[in-house]
Amino acid sequence: MAKKKFLKRRAANRSRGGDGAIFVMLMIFGVFFAFPLVYVINNAFKPLNEIFLFPPKLFVQHPTMSNFSDLFVLMSRSWVSFLRYVFNTFFITITGTIGLIIIASLGAYAVSKMHFPGDKVFFKIVIITLMFPGYVTSIPNYLIMSKLHWVDTYLSVIVPAFAMPMGFFLLKQFIDTIPDTLIEAAKIDGAKETRIFARIILPLIKPAWLTVMIFSIQNLWNARASNFIYSEQLKTLPYALGQIIGGGIARAGVGAAVSLLMMIVPLTAFIVSQSNVIQTMANSGIKE
Amino acid sequence: MSLARYAKKKQNSLRILLKEIVRKRVSYLFIAPFAIVFGLFVVAPVAVSIYYSFTYYNILEKPVFVGFSNYINLLLNDDVFLQAVKNTFIMAAVTGPIGYMASFLFAWFIHELPRYLRAFAVLVFYAPSISGSVFMIWSLLFSGDEYGYINAVLMRLGILDGPVLWLSDTKYMMTVVIIVILWMSLGAGFLAFVAGLSTVDESLYEAGLVDGIKNRWQELWYITLPSMKGMLMFGAVMSITASFGVADVTTALCGSPSTDYAVHTVVNHLVDYGSVRFEMGYASAIATILFLTMILCNKLIQKMLAKVGT
Repeated sequence: MAKKKFLKRRAANRSRGGDGAIFVMLMIFGVFFAFPLVYVINNAFKPLNEIFLFPPKLFVQHPTMSNFSDLFVLMSRSWVSFLRYVFNTFFITITGTIGLIIIASLGAYAVSKMHFPGDKVFFKIVIITLMFPGYVTSIPNYLIMSKLHWVDTYLSVIVPAFAMPMGFFLLKQFIDTIPDTLIEAAKIDGAKETRIFARIILPLIKPAWLTVMIFSIQNLWNARASNFIYSEQLKTLPYALGQIIGGGIARAGVGAAVSLLMMIVPLTAFIVSQSNVIQTMANSGIKE
Repeated sequence: MSLARYAKKKQNSLRILLKEIVRKRVSYLFIAPFAIVFGLFVVAPVAVSIYYSFTYYNILEKPVFVGFSNYINLLLNDDVFLQAVKNTFIMAAVTGPIGYMASFLFAWFIHELPRYLRAFAVLVFYAPSISGSVFMIWSLLFSGDEYGYINAVLMRLGILDGPVLWLSDTKYMMTVVIIVILWMSLGAGFLAFVAGLSTVDESLYEAGLVDGIKNRWQELWYITLPSMKGMLMFGAVMSITASFGVADVTTALCGSPSTDYAVHTVVNHLVDYGSVRFEMGYASAIATILFLTMILCNKLIQKMLAKVGT
């Protein structure tokens, strides 16, 4: 009954032509947004003669894994093995993300629920820093890294990732939605802050940390880390990808294979946690 | 109030504050790890930038105080910087507002879709920004010989006679870069809008219908937008960051420096002086100017958003 009423309301404010136009718009732009990705997926499985077909065909005719095997041949000949780049990127992404989630959740809980002198000011500063792109801080960061003797170590990429303002912001906003009474009840039962945090808060904010995980993976998985790292064996997958694509048109097939490998991880992570992400972003409003 | 009494009162409030700090000491332990890392790698760099922007510093020698000369050189003597400012301004002025509005419009259109289609549509539109370095594939699509996909298709259709050097001909570089940036512009702001649209109170729409709202655009302006001002602000912050921070895309597509600096951005310039020439003072002055511009933009947008729905 209620549902029928709802549908009726939609009809009153929605013309059929408008609905159609919106659908067509979405389709057209959807093609624009999906095209390069479809191109990458198809090229990754194209044999070389199909890649250089003129006129080019978007879809692969005779799929093959040769680009992937070429990639491993190419990389085993390189000075640092390809698996090392893969390991570096995995290592940086996993440690950076876990660290961020733990540290930022602790802090976000304190700012959201513990009401201490300075909490509001701290959060204001976090909001302002949401605006600064990583590049801008990377120059002075270099100076700080060199003071800490962290240049050319994993630490120079991992530890700054713990300080992602966006992660802190989203976690704090999400913890705000947890009713205070829940925490007070636990306190009356004699639970300490650490216990409340571990047993009540962390499980309740799972959507938020899954979301932060997505943003962190997106950030670290794509980290070229070329600013602070010089040693070839510490460099990352996006760096290797850049080198391969930089090799020009002759490497087109291998390049597409690497691109495909690069996008699988963040895309899968997003697909798996999409509903949690949307639930978290519903609290992303900045109130002034 | 006499001075002595004022001083005493001040002392009292300070004592109360100190007491409160001691009482809440556990909370400081909770925030300490994040505060330290955040302070060290996000806040301190800003302060460090401002400080070094008034010095000549090449890392090897001690910084020398030079007053405003970095800023004066930037604005009066550095033609490449002025070119970079112009390029960044063009990119930001086009991709910022368009990317922002596109984020909202697509989120809104997707929200109008049947529920089972929504998740898929969100994925399609968000995929470019999450697959990160895959934007490098555009350099193959726009490759300058006839094997470049775009050239091949346009030649096949008879629009072009011969291949166009999309990425090194100054006539086309800016357009190509803008297309790629727009392709990646549906980021966190877009997700916030998708989420925000589903939180708008349904009863407001019914009330709006009674009050004589006739079409979806009126509904959008009078009900939907005012109910999600917070998200609009968040999305704006994300757009500002993205549009002023362009550097990766130009480097990956056109190289750095690009032909005739046609798509050289302020951040490219900053990276050039900071990580290639190691003129830290000069690079810091560029960073400081960028910070100020972004904060200014943020304030401007806040003012504009206050007018929404009126």
